[in-house]
Amino acid sequence: MHMADALLSPAVGAGVWAATAAIIASCSLRLKGELDDRKVPLMGVLGAFVFAAQMINFTIPATGSSGHLGGGLLLAILLGPHAAFLTIASVLVVQALFFADGGILALGCNIMNLGFFPAFVAYPLIYRKIAGPGSEPVRLSLAAILAAVFGLQLGALAVVLQTTASGISALPFSSFLLLMQPIHLAIGIGEGLVTAAVVAFVHKARPEILQAGPLASPRPGLPFSRLLLSFGLAALFLGGVVSWFASEQPDGLEWAIARVTGGEALAGQADGLHGVLAGVQERLSFLPDYSFAGRQAGEAAGEAALGASLSGGVGAMLSLLLVGLLGLILRRRTQAV
Amino acid sequence: MRSIEGAVIEFKQLDLLANGNTALHRLDARAKVLATLFFILAVVSFDRYALAPLFPFFLYPVVLASAGNLPLRFIAARIGVVIPFAVLVGLFNPLFDRGILLQLGPFPISGGMVSFASIIVRAVLTVGAAVCLLGLTGFVAVCQALERLGAPRAFTVQLLFLYRYIFVLAEEASRVSRARTLRSFGRQGLGLASFGPLVGHLLVRTWLRAERIHMAMLARGFRGEFHTRQVSRFGGLELAYLLIWSALFLLLRFAAPGQWLGGFLLEFFP
Amino acid sequence: MSHHIVEVKQLRHVYPDSTVALAEVSFRIHHGESVAIIGANGAGKSTLLLHLNGYLAPTSGEIRIGDFPLTRQTLPEIRRTVGMVFQDPDDQLFMPTVFDDVAFGPLNLGFTQEQAGERVREVLAQVGAVHLLDKPPYHLSGGEKKRVAIATVLSMSPDILVMDEPTSGLDPFSRRQLIGLLRDFQHTRIFTSHDLDMVLELCERTIVLHQGAVRADGPTGEIFRDEALLAECRLEKPLSMQGCLLCGRKQ
Repeated sequence: MHMADALLSPAVGAGVWAATAAIIASCSLRLKGELDDRKVPLMGVLGAFVFAAQMINFTIPATGSSGHLGGGLLLAILLGPHAAFLTIASVLVVQALFFADGGILALGCNIMNLGFFPAFVAYPLIYRKIAGPGSEPVRLSLAAILAAVFGLQLGALAVVLQTTASGISALPFSSFLLLMQPIHLAIGIGEGLVTAAVVAFVHKARPEILQAGPLASPRPGLPFSRLLLSFGLAALFLGGVVSWFASEQPDGLEWAIARVTGGEALAGQADGLHGVLAGVQERLSFLPDYSFAGRQAGEAAGEAALGASLSGGVGAMLSLLLVGLLGLILRRRTQAV
Repeated sequence: MRSIEGAVIEFKQLDLLANGNTALHRLDARAKVLATLFFILAVVSFDRYALAPLFPFFLYPVVLASAGNLPLRFIAARIGVVIPFAVLVGLFNPLFDRGILLQLGPFPISGGMVSFASIIVRAVLTVGAAVCLLGLTGFVAVCQALERLGAPRAFTVQLLFLYRYIFVLAEEASRVSRARTLRSFGRQGLGLASFGPLVGHLLVRTWLRAERIHMAMLARGFRGEFHTRQVSRFGGLELAYLLIWSALFLLLRFAAPGQWLGGFLLEFFP
Repeated sequence: MSHHIVEVKQLRHVYPDSTVALAEVSFRIHHGESVAIIGANGAGKSTLLLHLNGYLAPTSGEIRIGDFPLTRQTLPEIRRTVGMVFQDPDDQLFMPTVFDDVAFGPLNLGFTQEQAGERVREVLAQVGAVHLLDKPPYHLSGGEKKRVAIATVLSMSPDILVMDEPTSGLDPFSRRQLIGLLRDFQHTRIFTSHDLDMVLELCERTIVLHQGAVRADGPTGEIFRDEALLAECRLEKPLSMQGCLLCGRKQ
């Protein structure tokens, strides 16, 4: 499931982006070190393959609905974690720009959620441990299903963390979690079955393709990949959990109401609970916030009353009108040239 | 799920938009990428109940689309395809967040309703900006801009390969998928048993194609180093473009001109 | 390299799964010759072509291009000398635009951006595709793709052109255009094809491969008149040499 810009706060978005960019950089560096010039076109073309394969549906047994391949785990099996991560990232870049799946700020989160977990967690820690070279098809399927489920569970958890941390959606953490994890259990099993089916076919038809994979994957226990893993998890933790707490405090609804009502018509009611909350908020707002932008948002919230007041609403309509008019004029001019 | 053919056609349409020749199209891609990034950051930096202050931000996509001569209906359609996830998650806001934020005549407006509306507006703005960026710049130029802004080469080069072969492979995928549909009746034959070999075949063919491409590269003297042409440069025009938009975003973000405008209007026409 | 000779001596190639693709192939092609290599599916044509610019290494036997044997050291020079045009232009056109694609080879050879740009315009003019300069390959038609693919190879000034199925997948008009283009080249030309009418028009000499070995090698006209040979090798006369379908009269 793709994260969307609209649900992200800048702190979370930028934080996860930074971690993602760091992993992309280190993967690229590593790839450059491998000196296998076959790999770059191969990655690109396989990325295009995943893109195309995602458009082919299959019927999910017993449900009558249809699903499609995600491809993260499959890429990891074919290319090894580093190249797979870059390839998944590229697929998501194209999706973000062309099908606007998610958006540009959310791209960092999406790459992390859909790339990092299958490539650097599920593949090395589960798939490779269970399915060694020359495993039986049943074992292979088991490995693929477990790895896919695990990878997607982590990805879904990350979506929930990032959304909650951003504080744009009002969905409580636990409810969102209860919504996302079971859905992704089902998706994970499907993904595992499909991945296993494709791998089994390739294993029979062109075993040499699968043998090329392990060449690319890191030697087990390589310190670098551990470093990367712990770094990524730490960044995720920082970007997610910390900014969650940061945004949780100043953003509550009570606070917004207190601000709105405190400044406008309902000033007389600023006692009792509202008064207390306003007081608490006064003090809290001096606490260090998660970012400069966040603090400014607090101030602006007070002054602008954020769409709650009439003048705000009128102003919004008016600005839309003006923008539309400007657009029309510009279009005329562009077409006249 | 979109049909594959439909997706490919949409893809090509979007790709062709970047062939326009307006002043915006000619601008160095880096300026456009950065401006869009600042725009998105400014939009998402509002807190969850911000609604009215978001509207002036429509200035950016509208100006880009108009001055860049991008078809509005096409952009609207793109945005429409995308919003479901935002709606899905945003839909819970009115359910969980029922505190009344304000009273609009007889209708109480809850915080959840406001934040839901805010999520939708954010989604439209951010997605609209991304679509405009692509339509004015083209994917290849965006990639090259990313590279010149510091993205690693290995990453951008394979991104270009991916983009190039999406067109080829999507058509291949649509052929095999059509062949399967034509020989399956109802839901028979569309299950996993056929999907594995079908996609597996596609994968094997893709792999062989990658080998042929590599062969073609070697045949033309490829030795691991990509040379691409650097056409545009980041000049005064680009700097001005970036500065003006950034200043505007800061203004819209912190000064809430819509609010003034509304207040002003109400004062004169109470 | 005064003589652009292609010499193949007792070439044998066995794939890792122990399929014998080429049993024993020997021939010699001289400067400026235009030669067709024909044969049924699986006769070994593609495998043979892949040896000519060193993508596949012989299991045994030798290949000489010009004055050099094909070895690891001579490989870069030989790849420049032998321009290879693939059957599917989508494999060959991998860069974002036609310009980038045609400039790919020259830039790898160490041309500066300006020199490469000049070269690109020159060869695109030669194949009649200058107007496609800034187009991405996926917006080209089949015939355009083919001509651009040829340009990508011409841009490296090869002495020998090797083309795999040049006319496959082209409409009659594009095919006719392509044949006209190929006829004007001064290079040593080696084609594989099932389009025997094209072979008849373009090649004075034909080599027939059958089950990984040279079954016949001689003037194209003679080979196409030998019906027993053609039948044995799962081939048939070019349509233009068969009797008129309507009146039965031979040309």
